[in-house]
Amino acid sequence: MSGLDVISPGALSTIQDAGRQGYRHHGLAQGGALDLRSYTWANKLLDNPRNAACLEMVLGGFHAVARGNLQIALTGAEAPVRLNGRPVPLWQTQNLTDGDELVIGYSSSHRLIYLAMAGGLDAPECFGSRSVVVREYIAGQGSVTTGDRLVALEDGHQQPIRSVPLQHRLAPDTETRLRLIPGYQYRDFHPNDMQRLTTSVYRVSDLSDRMGFRLNGPAMSSPPSGIISEGIANGALQIPGDGLPIVLLNDCQTIGGYPKPGVVPTLDCGALAQQLPGAQVRFELTDIATVQNERRLFERHYQCTRWRSCGQSLEWQ
Amino acid sequence: MIAPVSEDAVLITLAHAIDDTLPTRLCRLAQSIRDKEFPWLIDLVSSYTTMLVIYDPLSVDYRAVIARLRAIIDAEMSAPGPDQNIVGDLVELPVYYSDESGPDLAELAADTGLDAEEVIRRHTALEYRVHALGFAPGFAFMGEVDPSIARPRKQTPRTRVPAGSVGIANRQTAVYPQASPGGWQIIGRCPTPLFDPQTLSLLKVGDRVRFRAINRDDFLAAGGQLTGVGAS
Repeated sequence: MSGLDVISPGALSTIQDAGRQGYRHHGLAQGGALDLRSYTWANKLLDNPRNAACLEMVLGGFHAVARGNLQIALTGAEAPVRLNGRPVPLWQTQNLTDGDELVIGYSSSHRLIYLAMAGGLDAPECFGSRSVVVREYIAGQGSVTTGDRLVALEDGHQQPIRSVPLQHRLAPDTETRLRLIPGYQYRDFHPNDMQRLTTSVYRVSDLSDRMGFRLNGPAMSSPPSGIISEGIANGALQIPGDGLPIVLLNDCQTIGGYPKPGVVPTLDCGALAQQLPGAQVRFELTDIATVQNERRLFERHYQCTRWRSCGQSLEWQ
Repeated sequence: MIAPVSEDAVLITLAHAIDDTLPTRLCRLAQSIRDKEFPWLIDLVSSYTTMLVIYDPLSVDYRAVIARLRAIIDAEMSAPGPDQNIVGDLVELPVYYSDESGPDLAELAADTGLDAEEVIRRHTALEYRVHALGFAPGFAFMGEVDPSIARPRKQTPRTRVPAGSVGIANRQTAVYPQASPGGWQIIGRCPTPLFDPQTLSLLKVGDRVRFRAINRDDFLAAGGQLTGVGAS
């Protein structure tokens, strides 16, 4: 079985796929890759199944040695990557042979790096998914550690090098736009607070993780007091008593009682999850129809395009 | 009321205040929705007064989801089903109430002016409904406890509450399925696993729960662990 022997997992590396679907009524978080765009492209590069598992690394610092011949793909945060000491780019496939040494340094621009393997990364399935939610302390649900072997589901798979077209890559950004679908509680907030929310610049707090990203900036002056706890949608924007917004992400609790003016679309949550502490974000209002159309186009692109022989070109089927 | 929430969820609101009939109504509504076998349905998260319906946005539009759900709710309203009380399973949970398994039992008793025996008697006297599931895998919010033993959460939550701990927070009661941080008033410990990765959550919204007091030996014989706060 070809794969990678982990020498150093880096700051925090977990196995993630498209997440657990249909288990939230048991109190289980959805989990899954935070940056849907980078995760999707890592699998697309290798013609993997849509929901194949990848390694999600926070910042980098990963070091591993190849066992057998395999093909991998790296996407996400720009970080120095060396294969046997030679620099190689992200956003493309890499053919590895037995004994090759892969070293990923730390990113200084974004937060998450995705490593996909041909066929997908093999790992035990739990709750219909290979995604790991570390905070639930469920046996076998831990982060990757030194000595682990990451196994590819397709052995010895080698193909011509492909790379993601430039317009689909994570771009250097000075400010991230987060769209907000206003929800039924939007009108419970004071109009001045909603104007403040959508006209101010917020900065990513260092208290941000897979459960949610806290934002620093102008606080809501009079957020409604709590609501009766209700199911939480992915990307919900929660305003606790201190008035500072938190965008809830894949590992968040399943129900909660803080008021929520709206929800951030999944693709925008991915853009947020890529931001380092201090990064600037700004909210703007959108509507569900627009977001659903965009999400369907994104999926259609994945399902209905195929790679030309090599390089960056894709064609619609 | 059915409100669109996100690209993959809508929220059904059945009432604006918590009452004891809601868990069974939510339980029946969930069953009616699941019976339709909608190919787009992913999950139904019931909680007190609401149900979050999670669906696949690639195969259906939010307007269609709302129309389908509205038809089901209207049908339920016009033809109320059989006796509400028969809905939901009855689950009995054994609890070892003591100072060693329930570090807040003595203080809660002192606060209420009752003795520990009476607190235990009142906690085991009622049948509780599961109103919501969340916070952690298998964590069921049950209600309502007798007002005389209702006490608010601790001012400073514990960093670690052992698995199986039985707690009270205001008029709610619950069992911690796993060790976790927690601020509920802990009065005992239950040896029955509330969550198992294979069989998932023991309880679901709408279930009825009755606690039964057991002694130390029965607790240990049932597989209960007596590690203190701060251990797993």
